[in-house]
Amino acid sequence: MALRREVLLKARQEAASARLDALTLPAGGGWITRAREDALTRLRAMGLPTRRDEYWKFTDPAALVAPATDSAELLGEDPDGTVFDTIDRLKIVFVDGEFDADASDDLAAEGLEITRLAEAARHDLHWARDAYGLLEAEGQAPVERPLAALNTAFATDGVLIRATGKVSRPVALHYLRKDGNADAMVHHCIKLEPGSEMTLLESGAAAARFSQVLEVDVGDGARFNHVRTQGRDHERVSNSNLFARVGEGGVLKSFTLSANGALTRNEAFITLNGRDGVAHIAGAALGDGAFHHDDTVFITHAAPACESRQVYKKVLRGGATGVFQGKILVKQPAQLTDGYQISQALLLGGDDSQFLAKPELEIYADDVKCSHGSTTGEIDPEQLFYLRSRGMPEEEASALLVLAFVAEAIEEIENPDLAEDVRTHLAGWLDRHRG
Amino acid sequence: MEETEMLEIKNLHAQLEEDPDVKILNGVNLTVEAGKVHAIMGPNGSGKSTLAYVLSGREGYEVTEGSVSLLGEDILEMEPEERAAAGMFLAFQYPVEIPGVGNMTFLRTAVNAQRKARGQEEMSSTEFLKAVRDKAKTLKIEPEMLKRPVNTGFSGGEKKRNEILQMAMLEPKMCILDETDSGLDVDAMKLVADGVNALRDANRGFLVITHYQRLLNHIVPDVVHIMSQGRIVKTGGAELALEVEENGYADILAEAK
Repeated sequence: MALRREVLLKARQEAASARLDALTLPAGGGWITRAREDALTRLRAMGLPTRRDEYWKFTDPAALVAPATDSAELLGEDPDGTVFDTIDRLKIVFVDGEFDADASDDLAAEGLEITRLAEAARHDLHWARDAYGLLEAEGQAPVERPLAALNTAFATDGVLIRATGKVSRPVALHYLRKDGNADAMVHHCIKLEPGSEMTLLESGAAAARFSQVLEVDVGDGARFNHVRTQGRDHERVSNSNLFARVGEGGVLKSFTLSANGALTRNEAFITLNGRDGVAHIAGAALGDGAFHHDDTVFITHAAPACESRQVYKKVLRGGATGVFQGKILVKQPAQLTDGYQISQALLLGGDDSQFLAKPELEIYADDVKCSHGSTTGEIDPEQLFYLRSRGMPEEEASALLVLAFVAEAIEEIENPDLAEDVRTHLAGWLDRHRG
Repeated sequence: MEETEMLEIKNLHAQLEEDPDVKILNGVNLTVEAGKVHAIMGPNGSGKSTLAYVLSGREGYEVTEGSVSLLGEDILEMEPEERAAAGMFLAFQYPVEIPGVGNMTFLRTAVNAQRKARGQEEMSSTEFLKAVRDKAKTLKIEPEMLKRPVNTGFSGGEKKRNEILQMAMLEPKMCILDETDSGLDVDAMKLVADGVNALRDANRGFLVITHYQRLLNHIVPDVVHIMSQGRIVKTGGAELALEVEENGYADILAEAK
């Protein structure tokens, strides 16, 4: 075993040094450079993942790790580009991973302090210097997440947001892609002070290769809502890491809609640190053809009486692959834990698509309620016949049933306008992928 | 006055697709005229529900002989949705639960799909909402039930009332009710029967499949057929149902042999 571990580590470190040779730490100075150097030290010790890592058993990280990325075809008019357009929001635009001041709204908003990461070093943001890279570093155990450390070290842009009040108008990060080769790393850090509230939206194609880290510290009694759509471009490869900590009575709700993408790995590492905390994380993924989508979730109940939900729905066709690795860890003090996890795949048009699921529970408290389930299936012929017998053509009936299948995930979106917007977006995708 | 033939079934034979040795319908002959209510009674396994499924186009059955026409048009080659658009409606014995699809969305999509298929304009939201609310009210369907997912978590009575609501909204020409009374208490049955009776008119035909006579006290049929081993073995008036109620099927079946 020891020998195998050494061999693996060596392979990982070789992968890391090849990647690091192609990169230089962004200029910045001050506290941000120290945070980056710390991340670099973490990364060198871990190396970058390879296919032989247990945590990457179902997803080959090669395209995410390689020193250079392939170009990905730029799409013209993105039919999904209008998501969230009907929502009143504070819009922040990134082009190929770089903040675009002209296309963005004024960053001043009541109850929020928003700063560009690229300018953070020039500001003495006490909260940010204590936060940037902190949750990522804490999230490296019990499972290493080296791509996140790589991001902390090399991300050139992003936003730092501190919420101090209850803010209803969402902050929307929109990622535009203009360069076919763009290889972008973006890192956001959000701190919600006790009792504050905010909603973060994310949308857009982003880059040919996109790496994103989102660190969210939800203070006592604070609420964080997160709704994200990942663009429809087929050739994109991306990995994202959400690191979150939820304080006493705090609430975190995160939903992601992914349509297509050659390779997507969305990781979430959430720790419920205070009594009565709530964390709901959900995703709907739609893949047609060369599509590989991986949701890897790790939720730790470290305090009593917290609730967590993981709801993942994947619609796969034409040889697409869906992966779900989800864990609920209930530590000894976390009595009265309520944990729920469901991952389901709907395979359309034959059985050439696949769903690989690894649900896990690890429980050290004795008074807990935890359930998990995972299913793979096709459209229920009884339901399909019922709808057709009422006059719906087969394709229309199927589309309705697919929407019904993902409904449980979309229901995790609190705001009804946002939920409706996501539903419309999804229906549009289904419409284009019929037959 | 000449009667319009709504549904005409001639010498219909059907077997299971998976197992051709299982022959369920063995020469059904039946004509339902517009404006009339026909009932089919028969013991379990006589082929009543299969007849309903074959008429509505459900997969799993192979028609080997015979024909079925709706208003003179052959429907056996039609898809289920085409039959629906042509005016066929089946009220299911076991209405299917569809979690995730709201009852309103379902109703509206169905109504508009049929209109589209017939080349009619879609119903506007306001028009649709008003129609649903009015019809739901007469069936004592709470507005809350309209918001819930289709049949999901509905009681037996709610499911059957929901079937009748769909029938009322879709305004079919030929309504088949498959064991609509099963699992209903007397009050629920009466509500369903009232809903059906309200839809009786000169331009609509009904085929009411039931195991028991009690439903026919509320939906009084013009013609009663007894089915056994995949055929109609006896046809009579409403009094035939009473005969079954009193003496059971044994005598009739013996006589038919």
